[in-house]
Formats: sequence, C-alpha cells, structure tokens
Amino acid sequence: MSDLIRLKNVEKRYKNGVTAIYDLNLAIEKGSFVFIIGGSGSGKSTLIKMLYREEKPTKGQVIVGGLDVAKLKNSKVYKLRRKLGIVFQDYRLLPKQTVYENVAFALECIGEKKDVIRIKVLKALEDVGLKNKVHEYPDKLSGGEQQRVAIARAIVNEPKLLLCDEPTGNLDPDMSMEIMKVLEDINKRRGTTIVMATHDKEIVNKMKKQVITLKEGHLVKFKQKGKYEDEAI
Amino acid sequence: MKLFRMLGRSIRDAIKSVIRNFSLSLASISCITITLIIVAVAIMASYNVQNFTKEIEKDMTIVAFLDNDATEEDVKEVEKTIKSISNVDKYTYQTKQEVKEKMQAESDVFDTVLKNWSDEESPLKDTIQVKVKDVQKLSNTAEKIQKIDKVAVVRYGSGMVDKMIAAFNQVEKITYGIVIALIIVTVFLIINTIKLTISARRREIGIMRLVGASNFTIKTPFIIEGMILGIFGSIVPILITMYGYTAFYKHFDGYLYSQLIQLIKPEPFIYQVSLAVIVIGIIVGMIGSASAVRKYLKV
Repeated sequence: MSDLIRLKNVEKRYKNGVTAIYDLNLAIEKGSFVFIIGGSGSGKSTLIKMLYREEKPTKGQVIVGGLDVAKLKNSKVYKLRRKLGIVFQDYRLLPKQTVYENVAFALECIGEKKDVIRIKVLKALEDVGLKNKVHEYPDKLSGGEQQRVAIARAIVNEPKLLLCDEPTGNLDPDMSMEIMKVLEDINKRRGTTIVMATHDKEIVNKMKKQVITLKEGHLVKFKQKGKYEDEAI
Repeated sequence: MKLFRMLGRSIRDAIKSVIRNFSLSLASISCITITLIIVAVAIMASYNVQNFTKEIEKDMTIVAFLDNDATEEDVKEVEKTIKSISNVDKYTYQTKQEVKEKMQAESDVFDTVLKNWSDEESPLKDTIQVKVKDVQKLSNTAEKIQKIDKVAVVRYGSGMVDKMIAAFNQVEKITYGIVIALIIVTVFLIINTIKLTISARRREIGIMRLVGASNFTIKTPFIIEGMILGIFGSIVPILITMYGYTAFYKHFDGYLYSQLIQLIKPEPFIYQVSLAVIVIGIIVGMIGSASAVRKYLKV
C-alpha cells in the first residue's frame, strides 16, 4: 500500500516562540486507522492542523494525497480540503439548519448538483445511522448524534482521508464507543484513511489500531495494534 | 453550469442574509442613503457650476473699437493681425452703421437718440468682436489686441470676469473633493457595518473553508449582499434627485438669482445623476463588503 500522508523533518514553531513539533518523520498508509495520542501540549492538535493546512510547518514537508501542504497558497487551500473530511470535538454544526441541510452544505459549497447532493447526503446519513433524523435541528439531538451529523458532513464528499481532532472529547463512554463504531465502519466499508487525535485511553486500548505517541513535540512511538501507554506520555 | 449554480446560490444566500440580519442591513442602508444624498447633491451642484461657467465663458467677448479714421485697408490689416493671435476663436467686424442699426432695433430710447446723430457726430465706432478659445487667457488676448495699430479701445469684462471664473473653478474643485471624500467615507462605513454581519457568520465561513469552499464561493454572497445594500441605499437619493431637482428647477424657473446663472434642464440630467448614484452605491457596497470579508479568508 502507498502512503497517503508523509511528513519529512517537520518542525512547527509558533509566533510566540513555542515549538509544538520537533523534526517529525512519519508515513501513514492509505486505508489505515491511526490514533495520535499524547498529553496536552504534546503536539497532537498541531499535527492534525498541519494536515488540513490550518497551520503551516516552519520547516520540512507535509504531503497529503500528493499535495505539498506547506507550499499551498491560501487561495488554493480548498483543493486540499476537498480531499479530506474533518471532525472536531465541538461538532461545528450550523444551528439554524436541519441535519440534512448541514450535511448538504458541504456539497453546496463546492457547487454539486441538487440531485447528486440528495443521493450523497442520504447515503452519508445512512452510514452514520441518522437516516430517520434528516429533518431535525442539531439542538434536538444528543451529543453523539450531533457528532454523527458532523461525521456525515465530513464523509459526504467521499474523501480519502478523515481527520478527527478529539471527536469523543465531549461525549460519555457509551456515546464515544458508538462514534468509534461509526468511524471503524467508515474505515472498513469506504476504505477511508482515518487519523484521530485523542487522549481517551479506553478507546485506544479497545480499538487496537495503529498508535502514534507524541511527547512534547517529539515522536515517541509508532506501533501497529498499539496501546495507550501511560509511561510514554 | 456550475458557475450559474454557484451564482444562484450566492444570490439566494445574499438575499437571505439581508433579511435575516435586518437591523444591521437597515443600518448599512441608512449609512449609504445619507452619504449618497450628499453625493447626489454635490454632483448636481458641481455639474451646474460647470454648466454656467461654460455658458458664461461662451458669452465672453472682447470688443475692439477702431479709430474713427481707420480705412478699409486698415480694417483688413487689423483683422489679419487678430486672426494671427493663437487664442482667437472667431471674430466679426461691424461697421458703425451696423452697430447703430442693431442698437436702434434693440431699444426705442437708442432709436430716438441715434436718429438725431449724423455720421460725423455719432460717438459709435467700427468694432471687431472677438471670441476666444481659452477664457483663462482672455485678458492676455485683450492686451494683444489693444496693441494693434488703429485699435482705439478694447473692452471686456475685465476684473470681475476673471474673479468669477477663478471662483467657479475653485467651487468645482471643492465639489469634486467633497464627492470623492464622501465616497471614501461611505466605503468605510459599509466595511464596518458589513464586518458586523460577517462576524455573526464567522462560524459559517469557518465551516465553508473546512469543507473546501473556494474563496470565490465564500466571497460572492457577501459581495452580492453589498450590491443589494447599495441598491436599496440609493433609492431615496434617486427619488430626491428626480423629484427634488425638478422641483428646485421649477421653483427658480431655471435661473438662479439672475439670467446669467442658468440651471441645467432636469431631463435627461436627473436620469444621468440617478444612474451615477446607483452605480456609485453598487460599487461602494461591493468594495465595502469585499474588503470586509477578506479578513476572514486568511488561514
């Protein structure tokens, strides 16, 4: 399998002088499911942000799906974003729009046709198990359901890569596992590569996926079927 | 096809946004309205000043009175010299007989007085009336004509005319300045009001960026919103221009203070000004919102 993501000697230093990532080398294969773990300030979020070009690396190369992210101009960032889906801890839904409209929004923004939008949105909502809630508004849904709407929006454009930044951070353990099942399902059925930053020990240990451990901006471990190892963090 | 679809969506979003953020839209529209009223008035004033400056300039004539003993040969010589002055546009020669007839035709008083004078007694002189190309150089040209042999006296509205022209030029420049300054002020006002509506929609813009909307897609609805605000904002100024100017014109019978200062006829002038007002409104609205949204498009 070829690499979907490759990082070469990546360093990220913020303007305030704090270095979040030191000399990081990493390759993530297509179709894999990878956890990025580490304590606060370990650089998890920075790494995710660099993958969708919210942040630029100060040094090195970040290649996502063949695009050199660091060299991408602000006006061309959309080309990268159309290749990936992003899910956040706080869902980031539009409160005044229904579940259907929230998911459709992602396709409307890129100029998709109405009938195509309809088919894709219903498929995505079916994949996350929310087909019966299409006309609900986000505030009528549970946290887990809202996150599933966000996941549906992220996968509706059939991206190769799904980035998740602490997607279960606001959810109780049961709901978290529900989300993980949805993500695993997407990974298996759609073949979408998933990169998820988390500090939820239970999830990492149960899922037995690849685990990248970061500590104070350094890569400590990259293990297949890894576990959440407290001592490494 | 895709472009039309995106444009349709942008227009729909823009209209929705104007309605949804009604109070903010109203604030922007009021700002645009007030400034455009002043812009419209300034434009009308400036064009009128320009117009009557031109009218007065058109009437500006230098009259050269020739010596009584000037022969036909002399007259030809004078005409030739006048012709050679670069600022001279055209000239007409009138014999004292022609002048006399003209004056007699103009008024009964002149008629009676002039009838009693024989040719020898007549104080009238042969004249050459000269029109110039550039009124600014009127006095200079008059001086040149004065120096020509056989020219007795030269008359033009010296002093007062110069001052009037200079004053009109000044007024014209000031009104242009006011128009430009007002347009700039409006742009800033619109930038600020639209910034308010945009910051209320930051979340939406953020999500648009995340799901891969291009800058064009994000910007267009806001630019169209600015256009809509510009159009609404120019309604009242246009009404004021159309009805206000027509009423003003009628009230003064087309003249201000004296027959000298003639106002521009309302038609088609008011339509031209209205067009200018709406175009300024639209452009200013677009520029305002485009620069307000730019801030949110940087990663």
